[in-house]
Amino acid sequence: MAGHPLRGSAAVAGLGITPQGKVYGSNAMGFAVEAVRLALEDAGLERGDLDGLLLNPGISWNDQGMGSFQLQQALGLRDLRLTASMNLGGATACAMIQYATQAIAAGLCHTVACVFSDAPLKPPAPGGARTSSGAAYGFARGFDAAYGFFGVNALYAMVARRHMHVYGTTQDQLGAVAVAQRRWANLNPGAQMHDRPLTLEDYRASRWVVEPFHVMDCCLVSNGGLAVIVTSAERARALRKPPVYVWGMAQGHLGGDPSDSLTSGAVLTREPAFAMAGVGLRDIDVVELYDCYTFTVIVTLEDYGFCPKGEGGAFAAEHHTGPGGRLALNTGGGQLSSFYMWGMTPVSEAIIQLRGEGGARQAPKHDVALVSGNGGVLSTHSTLVLSRLPT
Amino acid sequence: MSDAVPARPVPAVTPEMAPFWEAARRHELTAQQCLDCRAFRFPAREVCSRCLSRRAEWRRVSGRGRIFSVAVMHQANHPWFAARVPYPVVVVELEEGARMISTVAGVEAQAVGIGMPVTVDFDDVTPDISLPVFRPA
Repeated sequence: MAGHPLRGSAAVAGLGITPQGKVYGSNAMGFAVEAVRLALEDAGLERGDLDGLLLNPGISWNDQGMGSFQLQQALGLRDLRLTASMNLGGATACAMIQYATQAIAAGLCHTVACVFSDAPLKPPAPGGARTSSGAAYGFARGFDAAYGFFGVNALYAMVARRHMHVYGTTQDQLGAVAVAQRRWANLNPGAQMHDRPLTLEDYRASRWVVEPFHVMDCCLVSNGGLAVIVTSAERARALRKPPVYVWGMAQGHLGGDPSDSLTSGAVLTREPAFAMAGVGLRDIDVVELYDCYTFTVIVTLEDYGFCPKGEGGAFAAEHHTGPGGRLALNTGGGQLSSFYMWGMTPVSEAIIQLRGEGGARQAPKHDVALVSGNGGVLSTHSTLVLSRLPT
Repeated sequence: MSDAVPARPVPAVTPEMAPFWEAARRHELTAQQCLDCRAFRFPAREVCSRCLSRRAEWRRVSGRGRIFSVAVMHQANHPWFAARVPYPVVVVELEEGARMISTVAGVEAQAVGIGMPVTVDFDDVTPDISLPVFRPA
């Protein structure tokens, strides 16, 4: 079988993760610069080796115009041949790696840093006043605000409620996702929730944010930065770390009302991404799914075909997706329990697993990983199939 | 006055939505209807996303519908709403097909379920804004 020309053409050579969570004293730009510096060091590259820079600006970039150029200046990078600020929400990370791979394969550039950073959390105010991270994400537009309809949590809750109504997904099934991922996080020293065990009873008792979401159904909020360096497969083999090859990739953006489809764009991406990679679901060793909410994991499992449509809740609850289970899923704890760097959270954990750097949480078999990104409310979707093997 | 409770957020009357609020003051619920494909839509859009026609009119609708989905808010960033949690926010699917964000008055938040038949009522929030809310039919 003649392989797809892009399969294995590029590889991740560097990964940089700054401290994550309630980390103060830096801003979004500062975290971005530090993440790139760490990624270069990880790869054994110099700044001058970069000729591409893609940026996914988090919300605290405040829609700053030409963010990737601002970052280029902050990093002192010269003579780039590719740059862009991109925002497909949580689908951006996989998409950045896709565009980097395409550009490298086309000979337009050679080594691209893909970057996310954000700093929505403010230090605690003197006197202990609570600084709400929710305020940063709690936008509401005129009409919605009149009804007290605030934030992405509420928008997603509406869709989750439909899924529960149509398919019978239960609260405890949502909880099972939170508990399994927390158990992974308990093995991940880099996770914000590393020292915080969570049982299903704890989940049930945790406060509501917006029904049907408890606080444990919602991702964390994190300050920090994360950068990934993509280069040609050939160059990656000459560098410090084991290459993580890009085998397959696809985007899928369904449009319409997610409350009708109750489906992510994974349904559009699974065939082309798997065909490019030359793999099927059974070949996947490690699964890193975008998890802004527990519900998102359930839907995405369905839409990649791990189970029939509508059975994602039962699958998650019964399939043992925690450590030692049958499916190595969101092995770092995900955005629910490790840190929230949008689509970079699942991307980075896939890289760590494929390299075999997972420590206590390392999946025993780690040849091929599936990574998803999802933005908006099931609005945008991107898929990567990554492997530690060149072919 | 310095200790006044922050007022309830009130929608700005945009040019596109002005006819809606004008009808709402008379306690009439309206939605835009595409004059080409006849689809109802809400809130206002310049162009029909179904057929891309620019021709549309505001039409009075029945005010009857069903709860399509519901989120019960337990956390609100706005002080006026924070004092009122938990409260339901709903998507109502009107008989005419358009969906609108609203709330259900007169019932416990947790009693609002998908499929519940509802009918419109109006809350006269300010002299300019009468806000559509729904009640169990």
